[in-house]
Amino acid sequence: MRGREWSRPVRPARREVLSAVPELEEGRPPLLFVPGFGHGAWAFAEHWLGHVASRGFPAYAVSLRGHGGSEPAPEATLRAYAHDVVQVAASLPRQAVLVGHGAGALVVAHALARYPARGAVLVAPVFGGWGVLGAALRRNPAGTLPAVFGGPLRLNRGQLFSRELPDEEARRYVGRLGRAGRRAQWALLGEPEAEPAVGAPPVLVLGSPDDRVVPASTLTRVARRYGSAPLLFPGMGHDLMLDARWAEPIDAILDWLEKEPVAH
Amino acid sequence: MSTSTDHGRPDPEATSPAANSDGRPVSDRGDTVCVIGAGASGLTAIKNLREHGFGVDCYERETGVGGAWNWRHDRSPVYASTHLISSKPFTQFPDFPMPDSWPDYPHHSQLLSYFERYADHFDLRSHIWFGTEVIRVEPVEGDRWDVTTRSTGGYGPERTARYAAVVIANGHNWSPKLPRYEGLEQFRGEIMHASSYKDPAQLRGKRVLVVGAGNTGCDIAVEAAQQASRCWHSTRRGYWYAPKYVLGRPADQVNDSLLALRVPLRVRQWLYHWTLRLTVGDLTRFGLPKPDHRVYETHPIANSQLVYYVGHGGIGPVPDVARFHPYAVELADGREIDPEVVVFATGYLPRFEFLDASVFGDSAGAGRPTLWLNAFTPGHPTLAVAGLLQPDSGLFTLSHWQTVLFARLLQARRDRPERATAFAQRVRDRAGERYSGPVKDSSRHWFEVGHADYLRAIQRALVELEGK
Repeated sequence: MRGREWSRPVRPARREVLSAVPELEEGRPPLLFVPGFGHGAWAFAEHWLGHVASRGFPAYAVSLRGHGGSEPAPEATLRAYAHDVVQVAASLPRQAVLVGHGAGALVVAHALARYPARGAVLVAPVFGGWGVLGAALRRNPAGTLPAVFGGPLRLNRGQLFSRELPDEEARRYVGRLGRAGRRAQWALLGEPEAEPAVGAPPVLVLGSPDDRVVPASTLTRVARRYGSAPLLFPGMGHDLMLDARWAEPIDAILDWLEKEPVAH
Repeated sequence: MSTSTDHGRPDPEATSPAANSDGRPVSDRGDTVCVIGAGASGLTAIKNLREHGFGVDCYERETGVGGAWNWRHDRSPVYASTHLISSKPFTQFPDFPMPDSWPDYPHHSQLLSYFERYADHFDLRSHIWFGTEVIRVEPVEGDRWDVTTRSTGGYGPERTARYAAVVIANGHNWSPKLPRYEGLEQFRGEIMHASSYKDPAQLRGKRVLVVGAGNTGCDIAVEAAQQASRCWHSTRRGYWYAPKYVLGRPADQVNDSLLALRVPLRVRQWLYHWTLRLTVGDLTRFGLPKPDHRVYETHPIANSQLVYYVGHGGIGPVPDVARFHPYAVELADGREIDPEVVVFATGYLPRFEFLDASVFGDSAGAGRPTLWLNAFTPGHPTLAVAGLLQPDSGLFTLSHWQTVLFARLLQARRDRPERATAFAQRVRDRAGERYSGPVKDSSRHWFEVGHADYLRAIQRALVELEGK
């Protein structure tokens, strides 16, 4: 019974979807990338989309409402974000693999309960909780504290990137960051766990032990929830798709997709 | 990352020889499940059975998906202007939302494209045999089923395959129900059933009598009010005509916010009457009969325009038809009217012409099967009917969960047989249960369910099947 969801449908919002499709349609499942809070589809368009397409998979990235080129939505909730993801996934020609990064992984976890994805990949998942808040407060008190009171969450380059990334690029990326709705930010602290995924999709969790946003223990916990162990890329920051060695994790994801005997 | 091909199409050469009662060869399809019909319910059955790891063969007599919603199909009841009467959140499959850009009440052509996208998205077409109709479904030992098919129209040889389970999703809005009237044969005007009504041009400039106040009857009456030179609308009783929008939102969404709060039926009825009083008020002043029942006791009619056109004099409400004369129609109150065209929007009856009536416990042949959850048959644990419901919301969410339950039941038969046995016992005990408040007794309401009550019942059944 989803009486409440039926009686209060999510307000539609214009969404930005960037894509890169391979020249030759090979019948492979499309990947839909979901950026974390503050990021837009651009974060994936930078490197990953093109790389995925060059390996024969159609690749799409959505900007959650209020992010990137999508419609502004200061009062957006986690449910509205999950709605955005499911809407885009259902509009793709085939059953999609959802790839969520950061808090986008939490959005994906919620979307999985509303859409039978072919598979899911959680990259450096931020599932909220007090541990993540504690880590963020320690690393970046000035950027984090306002978010607790409904202000914007400001991430700094030390949190997001490793030292290998050239200074100039890192500054450019940080400059493009936006902010999530305050209700969605608060949801990181108090939201109940996502409902179980429908259609039993295989789930891969990956991240970096040197991530300054997601502690390694969180990675292990999330991965255990989906019955696996996390795939680790030491030496990388939180934004694995923008960091200097961005090719390693995406290649690992595609290798996993190629050999995973997907249920369908 | 390719779709599995191990459950491809049946190949009579490669399978073990068995024979059916007539001694003709039967190809054994192992654990594969047969789905009859690739309409909305059939598609979701294929998708959910595949998702639970079963092989599926679906037989569809037409050449496309969408069943009743595909206007190209000769059994399709849709007419040019058909729109949904339940808003999007109630109509879509729960795991495949309709696009945000669509209106609250989409048009039937949008619905067809929705089903086509659903079929492509989940790669369902490779499991469907188009242009193939099922002519016999017979139970054989071991709770298995022999399904005999041939090309639609009766060409080609018959082929029989043996399946582990069968889902019947042949729809229930294609076999017209025509009432009997005295003198109908002598009537010289044109008579049509709503199933053959396609386009308002059929009524243009004519004097039209529309019989029946279902949603179709009301739609046709409204179109006749716009196109015909004169329109009468004959109804058996007074009805509640629900507007499509109240309080600034689609009406069914408002209703469901009350359901979510578990507001009791009486209070909801009172609120409803009160809302109507605020807007159109008492309908009897237009000559419409006073409803002989409280709201929610008949299938809801969602039509904002009917009352509007009655108020403009475009539709003349008249009582039941008493008898037909060659050039006139006599009404129950003695009046005579002279329509040129009579449209019977008198509904449809379910038909399972390929199945022996005793399978459904319907030995009297009345056409009304006795089922639990309107889906499960006592004594036949591997047979399910999908979509045989008249919900007060969209149907597809309901048939989705029906087929999920059936897929889980088939899993339980394999993995935890004791639970499947307990389930079969519940089917025997509770067959014929209803999932709505009190409704008027008529074949119109055989399959009437309240969507909230029904989904709760399905949820309970799922929990009982799988609970610790």
